[in-house]
Amino acid sequence: MILFDTVTKLYPNQTRPALEEASLEIEKGEFVFLVGPSGSGKSTFLRLVLREERPTAGNVWVLGKDLSRLSNWKIPTLRREIGTVFQDFRLLPNKSVFENVAFALEVIGKPKAIINKVVPEVLEVVGLEGKEERRPDELSGGEQQRVAIARAFVNRPKLLIADEPTGNLDPGTSVGIMKLLDRINRLGTTVVMSTHDAQIVDQMRRRVVELENGHVVRDQSRGVYGYAR
Amino acid sequence: MRAQFVASEVGNGLRRNLTMTLAVIITVAVSLTLFGVSLLVRAQVDTMKDFWYDKVEVSIFLCAKGSDTPSCAGGAVTPAQRDQIKADLESLRPLVQDIYYESQGEAYARFQEQFANSPIADSVNESALPESFRVKLADPTQYDVVASAFSGRPGIEQVNDQRQVLDKFFRLLGGLQAIALIIAVVMLIVTVLLVVNTMRVAAFSRRRETGIMRLVGASNLYIQLPFLLEAAVSAGIGAILAVGGLILAKGIVIDQILAPSFQFTAFVGWDAVLGIAPILILVGIGLSGIAAFLTLRKYLRV
Repeated sequence: MILFDTVTKLYPNQTRPALEEASLEIEKGEFVFLVGPSGSGKSTFLRLVLREERPTAGNVWVLGKDLSRLSNWKIPTLRREIGTVFQDFRLLPNKSVFENVAFALEVIGKPKAIINKVVPEVLEVVGLEGKEERRPDELSGGEQQRVAIARAFVNRPKLLIADEPTGNLDPGTSVGIMKLLDRINRLGTTVVMSTHDAQIVDQMRRRVVELENGHVVRDQSRGVYGYAR
Repeated sequence: MRAQFVASEVGNGLRRNLTMTLAVIITVAVSLTLFGVSLLVRAQVDTMKDFWYDKVEVSIFLCAKGSDTPSCAGGAVTPAQRDQIKADLESLRPLVQDIYYESQGEAYARFQEQFANSPIADSVNESALPESFRVKLADPTQYDVVASAFSGRPGIEQVNDQRQVLDKFFRLLGGLQAIALIIAVVMLIVTVLLVVNTMRVAAFSRRRETGIMRLVGASNLYIQLPFLLEAAVSAGIGAILAVGGLILAKGIVIDQILAPSFQFTAFVGWDAVLGIAPILILVGIGLSGIAAFLTLRKYLRV
């Protein structure tokens, strides 16, 4: 699903690489937590998967494709198979819940009939049935994140990237979001999630990859957030 | 590609950015109107050249009584001199196409006709007007051959090329055309800069949408097309206004004001306007489209 082969990423005008000779493999169907302090390289890792950045050295494989050989015009096709969720939700404030989710399908040219069929389905999966016509500012933070997850999942991606999805939410709401991501994972989607939330990681007992200063320093199946701290 | 989605995005974009859209429309309209006028002036010069070069002739004025140029020192032209000049003109065929002799009597009659209703007509008598040969050249640019052969000869007062008078006028029109063209080019550069800036603002104000579009895998075409169409639509509206301005220039300034006052010459027809209109629309939409495309490539990268 994802393979990093001694990947180094050095941003221009910086002396220390954001990732240095990082190697990692994530299998189909896994649920992986990416942990580590700010600046450890988590976001760079996710940006490389989305092909928003190219590695300085090494190879990144995603969904069986070597991203260094992927031509620019094929990037959209790759991203259609990857869902993305962010800490700040990134919803369109002037569109309703339904329209926000439908937007993701409209812009890849899906016909209206399909949109009208799959959007209610995915809203039901994330537990937002009945709130189709609400605007984002009428929703709680947890509900907004559910809209974002619905939008990321509506195209049934093989891979879901979540960059600190619970970073803006209170613990109770976070649990709900984690249950939802777990459910999506059980539906067959690989989930890679970066987080600072120790409680969640410790509860879920899934694979944990820890980054520090651009290096993979720990990789545990059924791991916890950190050692004694 | 869902046309309805793209169309509504274009409409939203134009409305949201109304002041910039209006600015683009106005600059496009003004610059293209000037551009069109300069093309129209050039067409006018061509029309007048066609019209006049057919009619211009070289006039060889012969000495009359009282002519004071040195070659007329011997008084009025003698019949022998006149016959010799005629024979020499005949020998210049085929460059010389037609030769027409105008006697003093004919010159006087024409003068009276031209200055009828004017007191000048009464102040001139027949013997003061020179007789002349009116020569039509096969190639009007070969005037020098005739001039060098005849000017300064005894019995000839002056050799006149009507084309030289016309050329001064054409140079004036050419100058006006150049000025209009320069202003048009400057305005077009301003237009391009304005389109670049408009696109930058539009891309920035919609970075949320475009960011999401990139993430969910919308193709570049889908992301950029609404912007490109916005640029093309506002430029197209400006170009249509410019065509309207050109139609007014032809219909009112030329047909209603200039043509009745200057009936002796030909003016450009509607075919010239018809030929210029598509050029204006293509230049407007093309320039703005290219400017938008190059800007977007920088601001809406994958």
